[in-house]
Amino acid sequence: MPITHSFDYQKPGSLREALALLARKSAVALAGGTDLIGHLKEGLVSPELLVDLKGLKELKKIEHRGGALHIGALVTFAEVIDSKVIGKKLPVLAEIARKVASVGIRNRATLVGNLCSAVPCLDTGPILVAMDALVLVKGKRGSRKIPAEKWFIAPRKTARKPGELVTGISIPLPRGKAAACYLKLGRYRGEDLAQASVFVSIEQSSRGAKARNFRVAFGSVGPVPCRARKIEKALAAGGALIDMVALKKLVPAEISPITDIRASKEYRLHMCQVMLERALAAADGRLNGTGPAYGASLL
Amino acid sequence: MKKRIRFVLNGEKRAIDVAPQETLLEALRDGLGVKSPKCGCDRGDCGTCTVMIDGRTVRSCLVLGVEVDGAVVTTLEGVMENGELSPLQQAFLDRNAFQCGFCAPGMIMSATELLARNEQPTREEVQEGLAGNLCRCTGYSPIIDAVLETAGVVPKGGRDERP
Repeated sequence: MPITHSFDYQKPGSLREALALLARKSAVALAGGTDLIGHLKEGLVSPELLVDLKGLKELKKIEHRGGALHIGALVTFAEVIDSKVIGKKLPVLAEIARKVASVGIRNRATLVGNLCSAVPCLDTGPILVAMDALVLVKGKRGSRKIPAEKWFIAPRKTARKPGELVTGISIPLPRGKAAACYLKLGRYRGEDLAQASVFVSIEQSSRGAKARNFRVAFGSVGPVPCRARKIEKALAAGGALIDMVALKKLVPAEISPITDIRASKEYRLHMCQVMLERALAAADGRLNGTGPAYGASLL
Repeated sequence: MKKRIRFVLNGEKRAIDVAPQETLLEALRDGLGVKSPKCGCDRGDCGTCTVMIDGRTVRSCLVLGVEVDGAVVTTLEGVMENGELSPLQQAFLDRNAFQCGFCAPGMIMSATELLARNEQPTREEVQEGLAGNLCRCTGYSPIIDAVLETAGVVPKGGRDERP
């Protein structure tokens, strides 16, 4: 299907220039384009100007500073997978990136583009809301840092205002020893959108040898990624012992799955319970050095 | 309004005029007559339009022509070495790894990138590397065997005996 709508194309050399161009009515930012070009073909967007960001080297960085991981808007999923810093500081992010689409898409698609598209099944949603990530936004009037939980408003709807550009994200890293796990359920292995997904992170707490903090979030089972605070609280209260029967009973209150082309709501709910148990076991094992390697197939 | 872009295509410098809304796939096929990338799903799901930009595979139906200004683009036509089939292409031929042939250019581009980055892939890694390339004829086994044969993991004409 060719793109029938015509538009102008510009590739600015500085962020300032890019923001000035994006301030124009009906200008849209282009990074990887794997979603945007599909939307242009389907007529879902009809901009007058595409502003290609790929000339902005400052948006290409992956950095570890101030106890957080900063990922620029032009960083692709392939670069997340290959990054040594991410492999060392937050390997679960590479585990997530490996589950996104296919190699040919990951070579082009950016992590920030994924959260700007904000479809309910996005793979980067659960980790960002669970880890209290900040979405870094710049506009002509200045910068904003938006907590991930406030970023996602509804399917395909985010807190970004017209003319604003997401320059990157910042993920605070756990202070103590930590491990995590991301499980994505698809209809088959390989390139598919998530029917349901679970992210779990366990962090050793400074409050005592046995005290641990938990972060849990689900994806593809609600209009936006769901942070599961009741489950987190129950887990932290339980200490080393995890009462899975009681925990699974909390899942229905945390998510709101629907029946669609990819799965029924009953199947999604059931699998969220199954995957929560497996992700907890894997993350717990990884924390103790006995768990499966990051990226291993656990479903 | 059309824009002049300059890029290297299969080792040759090219300059063409493209409209901003033209995809790389359209520019290659209709503008330059390079016909190995095919239009299948036209939305990045099937992999039959796969080409390389700067050595990494992309879906050319999801890239605009204007985006490759200054880049190095390689299609299947550029994979042959000194007029001879690459070892991977030869293994595809020997093993009947394609039937209708529609997916083959994309498969070979994806497998070429995989082997460049991972000389000794496992069967699972080959499956993952080719997961975005659909084939409706072969059932994938001869394709995966051809990639593993090229890597020297499976003997010539032999089967993958590993569990």
